[in-house]
Amino acid sequence: MAQKVGNQTFVLDRKVYWKEGVCIVGPKEKEGPLGKYFDQKENEDFGEDTWEKAEARFVEATYAKLLAKSQINENMVDCIFAGDLLNQCIATGNGLKKNGRPYFGLYGACSTMAESLILASLLIDGGGVNNAVCLTSSNFASAEKQFRFPMELGNQRAPDAQWTVTGAGACLLSSNNPEESCPVIVSVTPGKMVDYEVKDVNNMGAAMAPAAAFTIQAHLSDLNLSPDYYDMIVTGDLGITGKKLCMEVLKKNGLDIDMKDCGEMIFDPEKQGTCAGGSGCACSAVVLNGYILRKLREAAINKVLFVATGALMSPVSTKQGESIIGIAHAVSIQNM
Amino acid sequence: MNLEQKEYTKLVEKHSGKSNVFVNCLRAFLVGGIICVIAQIYNDILPFSEEVNKVHTTVFMVFLGALLTALNVYDNIGKFAGAGSIVPITGFANSIVSPAMEFRSEGRIMGVGAQMFVVAGPVLVYGISSTVLVGLIYFLLTR
Repeated sequence: MAQKVGNQTFVLDRKVYWKEGVCIVGPKEKEGPLGKYFDQKENEDFGEDTWEKAEARFVEATYAKLLAKSQINENMVDCIFAGDLLNQCIATGNGLKKNGRPYFGLYGACSTMAESLILASLLIDGGGVNNAVCLTSSNFASAEKQFRFPMELGNQRAPDAQWTVTGAGACLLSSNNPEESCPVIVSVTPGKMVDYEVKDVNNMGAAMAPAAAFTIQAHLSDLNLSPDYYDMIVTGDLGITGKKLCMEVLKKNGLDIDMKDCGEMIFDPEKQGTCAGGSGCACSAVVLNGYILRKLREAAINKVLFVATGALMSPVSTKQGESIIGIAHAVSIQNM
Repeated sequence: MNLEQKEYTKLVEKHSGKSNVFVNCLRAFLVGGIICVIAQIYNDILPFSEEVNKVHTTVFMVFLGALLTALNVYDNIGKFAGAGSIVPITGFANSIVSPAMEFRSEGRIMGVGAQMFVVAGPVLVYGISSTVLVGLIYFLLTR
């Protein structure tokens, strides 16, 4: 059984193996700096007539690819933790409805990948569940439609705005000892909600940055680690602005960390016109299951703290003048 | 971990990106100007009376905005021009046609019909209301 250490960290007792990870992305992501690490590219509409169906197809295809790549029988998946950004997680629901495995729909905004990893690894650690799938998706067009403006409206993006990543990322966590060595989830730090009165929906990095800083600090102090214990501390989608803010907040609290951010890495803002970087549930999911998994397998890095960040808001809360709540969950992934 | 609200608000202000007002104004002036020049040329070559020409030109520019929106061109003009392509009447056409296209997937009634004015609606409501109000004042003062 997992042990609670310090204020909010759980150290896993059993080994939870990150057996396989896959990701399917859109064309813009494939053209970006990390393009070569992504398994497959599909158009944003995935041949469907609505954006919502397109996102569901991303989910369906990613799940199928994960099963094929990890060579696991479908019935061996004990449960699926998945979510997306659309109301009531319809992309995930429609994408996974045919597979007939137990399903938990999650909403943690863009932090959902880490949220699903935490819940799945704690369940596996507790026994009973042997194989769990974690999957998240987002789609630029369906997110624009739900949260912002119609695609064809001729407006400009604000400098701190972020670009929703099109794609889906999934991984298989397992308690079964694999034949070849693979990364292991060692500990998890679920984050608390943080509200610093940021109301600008075009600056979600600023809303999430304190949450990321709090979670990173909590993880390190709970486990009594120094930042250089990790080869990479990577946040989900703070973007360029949010990352700067997070680093400054940490620095003010005595933690000088040279961190990375999936949202900053996935696009080239100059060439691709993505302003402050990528965002969306798929942002951290595809970078984690594409780029970071590869780097761990190549042993280019051995210890990663993955901190996916989410902005908990809706168009309704924004119109009613509510500020944006930030959240960040941390997962420590290491080569053993 | 220690972070004061005031301190963080200051940090956010410090790190937030600033739009380049000069470049944006220049682009808006250029593109907005070009749109107006097109309208003026069209207006000048029409053979009708001045009043009729004006109406024809307005209809033509609305059509042009709608057409360019349908051809997925207007959003790219907008990305470059900002207010330059929002303020002219072509921008108004864009703000009605783009939601109509976007919500077509939700049906002709609750999709296109209900959502078509989701962007332009406020302009219509407050535009029409203020003309009625001003008209009423004008009527009362001049009778």
